[in-house]
Amino acid sequence: MQEGTVSPPQKHYTQKQLLARQKRRMRRERLRTLPFLMPSFIGVLIFFVLPFLVVIYYSMIDNPITKNFVFLKNFSALLNNAAFKLAVKNTISFSVIAVPLAVILPLLLAIVLMGNIPGRSRFRTMFITPLMVPVASVVLIWQVVFHYNGVLNEITSIFGAEPVDWLKSQYGQIVLLVLFLWKNIGYNMILFMSALAAIPKDILEVATLEGAGPIRRFFSIKLRYLSSSIIFVALLSLINSFKVFREVYLLTGDYPFDSLYLLQHFMNNTFKSLDYQKLSAAAIIMSLVMIVIIGAMLFVDDKFGGDIEE
Amino acid sequence: MNANQNPIQNIPPKEVHLVHKKKNSVPHILLRGILFLLLVTIAVAFLLPIVLTIANSFMASSEISANYGQIFSGVSGTRTFIAEKVNLKFIPDQVSFSQYITVLFKSPDYLLKFWNSVILVAPIVVFQVIVALGASYCFARFQTKFRSIVFFVYIILMLMPYQVTLVPNYLVAEKLNLLDTRWAIILPGIFSPFAVFILTKFMRRIPSAMIEAAKLDGAGEWQIFTKVCVPVCRSIIWSVVVLIFMDYWNMVEQPLVLFKERAAELSPLSVFLSKINTGDVGLAFAVATIYMVPALLLFMYSEEYLIDGIASQSGIKG
Repeated sequence: MQEGTVSPPQKHYTQKQLLARQKRRMRRERLRTLPFLMPSFIGVLIFFVLPFLVVIYYSMIDNPITKNFVFLKNFSALLNNAAFKLAVKNTISFSVIAVPLAVILPLLLAIVLMGNIPGRSRFRTMFITPLMVPVASVVLIWQVVFHYNGVLNEITSIFGAEPVDWLKSQYGQIVLLVLFLWKNIGYNMILFMSALAAIPKDILEVATLEGAGPIRRFFSIKLRYLSSSIIFVALLSLINSFKVFREVYLLTGDYPFDSLYLLQHFMNNTFKSLDYQKLSAAAIIMSLVMIVIIGAMLFVDDKFGGDIEE
Repeated sequence: MNANQNPIQNIPPKEVHLVHKKKNSVPHILLRGILFLLLVTIAVAFLLPIVLTIANSFMASSEISANYGQIFSGVSGTRTFIAEKVNLKFIPDQVSFSQYITVLFKSPDYLLKFWNSVILVAPIVVFQVIVALGASYCFARFQTKFRSIVFFVYIILMLMPYQVTLVPNYLVAEKLNLLDTRWAIILPGIFSPFAVFILTKFMRRIPSAMIEAAKLDGAGEWQIFTKVCVPVCRSIIWSVVVLIFMDYWNMVEQPLVLFKERAAELSPLSVFLSKINTGDVGLAFAVATIYMVPALLLFMYSEEYLIDGIASQSGIKG
């Protein structure tokens, strides 16, 4: 084809030109949607990304005035800090138990509810209600329950158990676990219910016809379809497990029993003393750990759920 | 991929009930009965703390101190107490509104703190949704390399706990002289990427035919955004509103860190509530109930939306 042959009133273009023109039009169209992102993009840049670069910088200097570059010294100081170690230990030991439970229990509940149980939506409502109750509002009741002279000890004393000061002893983490699960089970259960509902029924039916029992069906089919949701719920629960600080703070204030001293307590105290180096180093270490965990979960997600289309 | 080789991909959307017939054998019914009872028990246990809080808010101060005297006496070394039994009651001996009257009319302190909560949370909810709608529109309309990278950064940020994000927030607030003002909490709240994540996932499911049709009708990007995308997202927006509201209505970490000298004056009720339980406990229950009301009302109005919204974020990847 030649440019400018005239038979129809319109110009003729070569294939290449047409493609280029279309590409340009596409790009212009794409660019026109970019302004929609800008408020958010600029905000995120100013309030999260850029200051985070400053945090990285602060974590490697000796103090904000002399600004001598010390590289990893702040990190090694932090890792030797007794308070930090305690906070990390408590936070990890809580999350390691809380996250799996926050995955398994809601999954079981979801499976039960997706069976033929009357009043499914009522139950769903009741299980999710704790999510909608401000922590601060129910703290009083938790105090009544877990106090040394509280309801729980009264109940256990019927069975002859010694009273325990739940919030001021080794058992503090168990209390925390109860509060955490109370708040998060409903949310996770809904995620699982929707994932269960999305599993194609035909596959399950074929499996049943071919003689797979309910347990086999669960592990060979449902679990594979659920893998994405399980990973998402695990990640969500991990982040939420860091938020139990709220409960601890509202129940026990600034200085809790040792077993309840969490990372956020450490951060608060460091904020009070305005030790930027310590703060920055702690934030960097935590974000690195989180990034590794997120990466690992995405990898597992790809590995197990990658071949299943949503 | 060949459709024949991958049976998962061409499933008809309708469910066909071939095998899922009800089994009515005795052990089956028994099992279901037990499961049902178990669910009822759990559900009751879940609601109990809420019901108790509300019930206790209607008890007169004297009744409260008679019931929980040992617990809220303000003495920290509780081990020294001679154990007197606590009396956990559902129904007050005498319904009393006196705490509510005190909270609402006589001691403005509580209402002031409640107002502090409102004035912090409302702008965050409104503007986070608006800002996020724009960003999600951009992420969902086209997926270029740049946008994928930015979106990924957003997801990472969303997954960072407060212990990490509060440090950059603090530095900015300090630099901009916002410490000890409400802006220190509101501004980072507005740009928090949480809403972007859910909204983008939802917008990506808007059929492109809908957008093409709008374009053929001569709609520009702004019109597609306001007349097609936002209306389609209405239900998911509701659920995002509820989720953001709950997160910030509950806030504890931010005020503790970002408010310093003026903390007593600016703190929201969520932080302040824990400080009044050593004083008049009857009042504390009333304040706790009042604090619950907006959240529960919102929940009642938007439960269906909320559940759809939660369900729609089924995985990390878009």
